[in-house]
Amino acid sequence: MLKITGVSRRFGDVTALSDVSLEIRQGEFFALLGPSGCGKTTLLRILAGFESPDEGTVTLDGDDLLGQAAHRRPVNLMFQSYALFPHMTVAKNVAYGLERERLGRAEVRGRVDEVLQKVGLETMAGRRPHQLSGGQRQRVALARAIVKRPRLLLLDEPLSALDKKVRAEMQLELKRLQNEVGITFVVVTHDQEEAMSLADRIAVFNAGGVEQVDAPVELYEHPRTPFVAGFVGANNIFEGRACSAGLAGEELGILPGDSGLPDGTPALLAVRPERIRLDGEDKGVLGGEVVDVSFYGGISHVSVQVSGRRQPVLVATQGATQVQTGSKVALGWAEGDGVLIPQ
Amino acid sequence: MRKSRLLYVPFWATYVFLYTPIVVLVVMSFNAGDSPYVYEGFSLEWYGTLAKNAAIREGLVNTLIVAVGSTVLATVLGTLLAVGLARHTRSRALDALGMLPAVLPDLVLGIGLLVFYATIKSTLGLHSVLLAHTVFGMAFVTAVVRTRLTHADTSLEEASRDLGATPFTTFVRITLPQLAPGILAGALLAFTLSIDEFVIAFFTAAPTTPTLPIVIYSMVRFGVTPEINALATLLLLVSFTAVIVTQRMTRLTESLS
Ligand SMILES: Nc1ncnc2c1ncn2[C@@H]1O[C@H](COP(=O)(O)OP(=O)(O)O)[C@@H](O)[C@H]1O
Ligand SMILES: [Mg+2]
Repeated sequence: MLKITGVSRRFGDVTALSDVSLEIRQGEFFALLGPSGCGKTTLLRILAGFESPDEGTVTLDGDDLLGQAAHRRPVNLMFQSYALFPHMTVAKNVAYGLERERLGRAEVRGRVDEVLQKVGLETMAGRRPHQLSGGQRQRVALARAIVKRPRLLLLDEPLSALDKKVRAEMQLELKRLQNEVGITFVVVTHDQEEAMSLADRIAVFNAGGVEQVDAPVELYEHPRTPFVAGFVGANNIFEGRACSAGLAGEELGILPGDSGLPDGTPALLAVRPERIRLDGEDKGVLGGEVVDVSFYGGISHVSVQVSGRRQPVLVATQGATQVQTGSKVALGWAEGDGVLIPQ
Repeated sequence: MRKSRLLYVPFWATYVFLYTPIVVLVVMSFNAGDSPYVYEGFSLEWYGTLAKNAAIREGLVNTLIVAVGSTVLATVLGTLLAVGLARHTRSRALDALGMLPAVLPDLVLGIGLLVFYATIKSTLGLHSVLLAHTVFGMAFVTAVVRTRLTHADTSLEEASRDLGATPFTTFVRITLPQLAPGILAGALLAFTLSIDEFVIAFFTAAPTTPTLPIVIYSMVRFGVTPEINALATLLLLVSFTAVIVTQRMTRLTESLS
């Protein structure tokens, strides 16, 4: 549906985007995930028409998008700041885009009422933006964008201004709405948990380039680059060279992993904390001493200092753990749980 | 820490210095006697004389025509110039040049305009004063609106474009309402400055169409009369009203945006 090919954008000596290519499918909930400053907003602004790339093309259903003026594109952007018009009521804000399409008054009113109901703001129609809470403003911004029934809706950090509880609510709400209206959503976020819980597919950005595009589970279980392994979820990362059994570490010996790489390639091995077993004294591939135990309710984090490695290995266990700080443990994991990443 | 009362002395002294002349003027305008300097009791006599003075009435009408006309022109042109400067150039020099007439000495502007009118062989009259006042009024409007624009949120304009509004609709529906308090303040500034402007008007007016300040000047040359005091008091009232109205309106439009 949306096809981005070889898009680059530089600001002076800052390269905001370098050679980005992506394909987004009809009806998809797509997330652009990356640390701040990696060019996510710049890409959205290019799609919306407020920025133009130095190189590259963008097509929507086969039509060139870059040649169209911002106000003619069948694309809407929900701004990070929401950008609600302060001198208009909620209803007027939402109606603004429809009035620009020269629709009849009755139709405008009907669609505004419908969308306000959909986001649960029917009673707020007469208020002005400054009389609303953060979560309500966010809903108005969303209503204002979806009421236009765009082919593509772009959302720039839609939940970042909300506090934690409202945020969780709005995540569900966003998903429900996307399902209901059937519009393709592209959401930008720097919060990997948010991207995982919302999106059908995620593109991980780093320094203006796409590192990996995958479904959340795939991205989590099979990171393809060192950056993705470190950025998406917690990971224990070991350095060494690929061998048939996994990874040959310089000081730690052979670590089990799912190797598909030629022997001897410099590689990283990534193991998720929840995949590591605390087996006790003698079995296991790594021995070490527990330096810290933190209980988080549903899970506990155990930090294990392994000789020959500077950072402690992080292990996550279900519920409360019996392990005590200072005790000796042996760590082990299944071969399939060690992911090898070429360096 | 207790503040020393002594610190308030220069403070109040400043206010006394600022307002004594004005208070004297107002009191003297209600003087029953003939002298503008010696108070002899209360009377409204001089306000009556003032109303009967044809020269002053004519000057007042001229001044109002010039002030209203130049304010309208200055507000429209100054706002457009400010938007152009803020949104479509990055040149500091153009920015400075746009606001220069506001700080230029009136003499320079007055002589310059006179020379200009002579060069293009224009006649002098109310129209020449009106255009002259537009020049400096516009600079003030530009300066005020320009400041407001630098603080305005450009994402609102982008949001409007995003929702399908043309650049023109965006300007009218989004940019202008955002700028309203600034435009209003600029317009009132241009109006009050025009009403009592003397130097430029003196250079660019025709002898047959004097503005109020010129009329007053020609009367004062033969000595101050209590009549002049009454006129000045009325002008003071107009200025005060303008300031208060501006404050009210700015607060009103601010609370809307
Ligand atoms: N208009 C601009 N002028 C100069 N530099 C910019 C501009 N917009 C973005 N940048 C730079 O481009 C980089 C990417 O910015 P952005 O797309 O906003 O990142 P993100 O949204 O991922 O945090 C940043 O280094 C930023 O400073
Ligand atoms: Mg951003």
